[in-house]
Order: sequence, then C-alpha cells, then structure tokens
Amino acid sequence: MATVKLSFSPAPVHVRTARLVGVAVARRAGVREDLLDEVRLAIGEACTRAVALHRQYGLAELVYVEMSDGGPYTVRVVDRAPIEAGLGLAALGPDELAKESLSEDALTTGVGFALLAGFVEDLQVRPVDEGVGTEVRMAWPTGRG
Amino acid sequence: MELSLATRTVGEHTVLEVGGEVDVYTAPRLRERLIELIDGGARHVVVDLGRVDFLDSTGLGVLVGALKRLRSASGSFALVCDKEPLLKIFRITALDQVFPLHPTVDAAIAADTTGA
Repeated sequence: MATVKLSFSPAPVHVRTARLVGVAVARRAGVREDLLDEVRLAIGEACTRAVALHRQYGLAELVYVEMSDGGPYTVRVVDRAPIEAGLGLAALGPDELAKESLSEDALTTGVGFALLAGFVEDLQVRPVDEGVGTEVRMAWPTGRG
Repeated sequence: MELSLATRTVGEHTVLEVGGEVDVYTAPRLRERLIELIDGGARHVVVDLGRVDFLDSTGLGVLVGALKRLRSASGSFALVCDKEPLLKIFRITALDQVFPLHPTVDAAIAADTTGA
C-alpha cells in the first residue's frame, strides 16, 4: 500500500499541481487509463471547491490531499471551512443555470458539484472527524481490486 | 499546458480559439478576454474549444457569463467542441442544454440565425 500526502496554500495556482500528482499516483496504483481524465477532473473540482471555501472565509490554513491505494484508489480532500458551508451543495437544472440572477460563483459551485457527482461513483462528502471542516472522499477501482 | 487565446474574425463573427487548460487559475484570463471582446463591440462570438485539453467548473462558469452578457446585448454565443471527454462534461452538468454546441466553426456560424 502506498500513501501520498500533499498540503497546499489555498491559492488557485496550486490546484493544477494537486491534479498532476493525483493522476500520477492513480496511474501507479493501476487505475484504468480511460478513467484518468475523470480522476483529474474530480480531484481538480474537489480542490477548487476547497480553495474557494478557504478564500471565502479568509482561511490561510492549508488544503490537505491524501491519496492511497490500499484497495481502491482513494483520494481525500480536506478543507477547514465551517461545515454548513461545505455541505450546502446542490446540482442545478438547465433552467436555473441560464437564469440571469444566478451569480457566476453560485453557478460554478453547482456545476462543480454536478461534475463530482457525475464522474465519481464512490463519492462521500462529510464533516471531518476532528475540528472544523469537510472531507470529500473519492474512490476508483484499481487493477488490483 | 498553459492557456492560449487567439482571436480571428469571420464575417460578423468573432472567433476565440482557446487552447490548453481552463481551470480555476487560468479562467480569469479567459473571462477578461471575453469581456474585452464584448466591450469592444463583438456581438456574435464563437468560442472554439478544439485545442482545450482540460476544462473545469470555473471555466464553464466563465462561458455561461459570456453567454448571458451577449444575450442581454441581443448578440449570440456558441461553442465549438467535438471531443467526447469535453462533451461529456457539458452533458453531465446539463450545460449542453444551455449552450449551442457545434462540431466546427463553420457549423456554428451557419447555425447562427440572430442576423449576423
């Protein structure tokens, strides 16, 4: 079993780094090649969401990402924002998406959640065990099971 | 790969060719360019995503923002995209029902019935 941990300042520029590392570890773990685009997108969305929450709440704490392949390839993205903010996610329908009154931020949040839910079969969003924050946990099958 | 942006004009249409990665870091540059074009008088905009190899929710938010801006200015906005991974993103988010999506720039221009 291999574990890779990564923490980064909540800045958009580092999300790409997290994506690159996440896909590299997924490939080594034996995740099917045709799933890697989805892994890349999902890790990016989870990290983008965490960065947005930290910036919204003025939090300087690092965003934490942990990747492990003991069983399915599992990625945990942990933010430190108040839980009520982290769990308030909802997918938007086409009529709502096109509404003039919907802000770009709200649209991006809704679309980001739709992408996570659409691309990750094994997805959990839950409060962290200790302290304040939310964990987005995603898992994909590997060649090893 | 870094974001690349190139603009050309085809008749009444402004075609913005986007390449590379459109994400939370690069999307603000795409937003700025689209606003610049619209403020500069472009009313019929086609964004060609043919060379985009990554697009996230932030990029999609910018594209919806441009669509709304042009709609309220009686203009038109269309996307060119024929890559299945990107098309899947539009389907999953239901944005395939919001944007006119075309396989080529020519098809996007030919389908524009807004008087351009």
